[in-house]
Amino acid sequence: MEILMAFVIGILFMCATYLILSKSLLRIIIGTGLLSHGAHLLLLTMGGLKKGAAPLLGEEAPSYTDPLPQALILTAIVISFGVTAFFLVLAYRAYKELGTDNMEKLRGTEGND
Amino acid sequence: MSLLHLAIISPFLLAVLVPILYKLFKKVHTGWFILPLPLVLFVYFVSFVSATSTSQPIIESFTWIEALGIEFTAKIDGLGLLFALLITGIGTLVILYSIYYLSKDKEKLNTFYVYLLLFMGAMLGVVLSDNLIVLYAFWELTSFSSFLLIGYWYDREKSRYGAQKSMLITVFGGLSMLGGIILLYIMTGTFSISEIIAQSDVIFTHPLFVPALLCILLGAFTKSAQFPFHIWLPDAMEAPTPVSAYLHSATMVKAGIYLVARMSPVFADHALWLWLIAGFGIVTLFWGSFSAVKQTDLKAILAFSTISQLGMIMSLLGIGAAALHFDGIDDKYHTIATTAAVFHLINHATFKGSLFMVVGIVDHETGTRDIRRLGGLMQLMPITFTLAIIGSFSMAGLPPFNGFLSKEMFFTAMTHIIDFNVFQLDTWGILFPVIAWIASVFTFIYSMILVFKTFTGKLQPEKLEKKPHEAPIGMLISPIILASLVIIIGFFPNILSVNIIEPALSAIMPEFLFEVHISFWHGFNLELWMTIGVIVLGTLLYLSLAKWRKIYGLFPEKLALNKAYDQGLLFAQNGSFKMTKMYMNGSIRSYLIYIFAFFIAILSSVLFSQNAFKIDLEHAADVRYYEVLLVAVIVIASVAILFVKSRLTSVILLGTVGYTVALFFVNFRAPDLALTQLVIETISVSLFLLCFYHLPKKRNEERMAFKATNLVISIGVGAVVTLIALSAHSTKLFESISQYYVENTYTEAAGKNMVNVILVDFRGFDTLFEIVVLAIASIGIYAMIKLRMKGAK
Repeated sequence: MEILMAFVIGILFMCATYLILSKSLLRIIIGTGLLSHGAHLLLLTMGGLKKGAAPLLGEEAPSYTDPLPQALILTAIVISFGVTAFFLVLAYRAYKELGTDNMEKLRGTEGND
Repeated sequence: MSLLHLAIISPFLLAVLVPILYKLFKKVHTGWFILPLPLVLFVYFVSFVSATSTSQPIIESFTWIEALGIEFTAKIDGLGLLFALLITGIGTLVILYSIYYLSKDKEKLNTFYVYLLLFMGAMLGVVLSDNLIVLYAFWELTSFSSFLLIGYWYDREKSRYGAQKSMLITVFGGLSMLGGIILLYIMTGTFSISEIIAQSDVIFTHPLFVPALLCILLGAFTKSAQFPFHIWLPDAMEAPTPVSAYLHSATMVKAGIYLVARMSPVFADHALWLWLIAGFGIVTLFWGSFSAVKQTDLKAILAFSTISQLGMIMSLLGIGAAALHFDGIDDKYHTIATTAAVFHLINHATFKGSLFMVVGIVDHETGTRDIRRLGGLMQLMPITFTLAIIGSFSMAGLPPFNGFLSKEMFFTAMTHIIDFNVFQLDTWGILFPVIAWIASVFTFIYSMILVFKTFTGKLQPEKLEKKPHEAPIGMLISPIILASLVIIIGFFPNILSVNIIEPALSAIMPEFLFEVHISFWHGFNLELWMTIGVIVLGTLLYLSLAKWRKIYGLFPEKLALNKAYDQGLLFAQNGSFKMTKMYMNGSIRSYLIYIFAFFIAILSSVLFSQNAFKIDLEHAADVRYYEVLLVAVIVIASVAILFVKSRLTSVILLGTVGYTVALFFVNFRAPDLALTQLVIETISVSLFLLCFYHLPKKRNEERMAFKATNLVISIGVGAVVTLIALSAHSTKLFESISQYYVENTYTEAAGKNMVNVILVDFRGFDTLFEIVVLAIASIGIYAMIKLRMKGAK
């Protein structure tokens, strides 16, 4: 399963990179969303998959899945949501102010830094 | 920490107080507060004279940077003491002079004296440190203080130009010296000069010997303005004249000579050392004196004269190294070069110091230093004229002044070069006395120009800004003291030989026992005839100066070193600007490409070079059919985002990916993650939909090349991440710390949900800061939606 997941993660990263390098702001933001999904799955896979019961002591299982990556991912999900929301509003405001969402046109020029 | 250390850092301590003293006592010239310090230090260092001339050097040590084995070891031996006396002695006179030279109402005295004290302390540190790293630190500090003092009148463009030039050249040399120091450390394992000298046999056979020698010499040559690095010194003359007298004539420019003398016991056995120092020295001697003759600014004449005299001392030190190949105690000709170097070092400080002060007086009282506008000042400024005569005649090597004695010794050393039958000195050595003699003729000419063009001839009051008159007595005290020394040393040269010169020589050449006796009259020998020849030919050439001056015009402007420096600087500036523009082009996409390209390059090369890639199929979990289904969904959805035209579809596809990830979490026994992911994904998608309503519908067109670049980079990133994911799963470098949480969740935190306990208890602060991040993001979002900038359209 981990081998399969490694390829899934790779594809997620690939699509994310492609989107981040494109011109439209919206696609860049979608790219960052995909990137965080990939990163979360990468963390989870690194810790090993399906090693035991869910990390709840109530399960009273002989072994549990590693709880540490899960705690990390939980934090990461919330943070990436914050970042995505911020990006979206930034794109909205930038479009309102500057009238474009094209990164090529948004680039800073000499004397305009 | 001893009294000696305190003496070295006392100028820094006083420098801290200067701004306060300046503010508190506005009516008193700040210089009066500074003056006692160098005087006290001078007296303090004089007390070491008997100790260094009879016994071992005095060494005081305290640990500075323990981890690197760097000790601030202060060491006083003959050489260090000679320089310390010069620094404090000339320092006292220069500060006294500056009190009358710089007006307390017009100048920023606080900064001036802070810089000057900074220099004094740094210079003492250079000559009294036994540790090379400490020496280097102080060495660079002298460059900085010199930079600040040259740029003291920073509103003048020429000052800024000169300051930058001196900084670039001397710091370049300093860095190369640091390289040499590190090479010495690699060879010997110590930064201590005494210990390095003790290991000179090891160093001599080491393959790094020559690189270390070259690096150290580069530092010395740039600092002491040796050809072709001399170009910074004439521009440094933009500094106030007391600074020129102090830094750029008597002390700082001699730091290179100090370094050569100090490192002689380490390197002097090698032919390269002798030839480089003697060769560069003699070329500098000639070029400096030749260029001085064409100058019209009095200070420029003195600057080139200083370059030339530094070259002379340098060449003497180089030739002196030949003595190491003889048992030379019985033959005084072998050691006379080094003796002459040390003796002339002292003499140069006295006559050149007084000459700079004389030129400062002329500048101060007439408002110009241009010899084309000056003339006939003899009657108006008789004392200054007398001082100028003494200084210049000593510089020209005329009796009965001290310059005559060292010039004679110089000739003796040069004419005996051919007697040495080492390093082919017996063949090529003949060039040295010839060049030395020619350079002395030019030295004679510019010395005469300095005196007679300024003080004799016709007075041209209409070309002067002020009505000239004799300087105030306070300004004359310092040059009078120096000029008296010129005469006293001239008549009684041996007052210095036992106590000052001999200890200094034994520090440069520890193998020898020196008995210096300088006598005034040698009879009619070759040296005296050479001096007479210099006077005769020099006088003839001085009188016919107007006729042959044209030869200076023949020298092509394009070949001038200054031009090369300016062009080089411009080229470096433009080049680096263009280079920066090339990659810092303001496009975020380019920056991201750099980041991703580095990501691919570095991670894949590490994976390859460390042989880190590994696949472990045995410990992998099994694959179920519904998992394959989920994989298919997530792959199809994410790839589809790349191709769909409609923005709405791509948002929905992103949602699909998110919800599939949540399903993966369920499948991988992570219920908390699944719940969070579901909630967050729902909010995210609705936020996307809200925002995309406001964003433009038109998709930006991308060309094929653009897409191809993106594709290559993204495939690279995907491949590297896949490899890392596979290797990370297959490699277990150490035991996970997770077991601790599994065991202690209930006992320590009384919770049964491990993930929750980790978040709110074990790593509670992480969670707190996560909330802070969210709060900051929401404030930002609120601001972007609600606030309107003033003047926004």
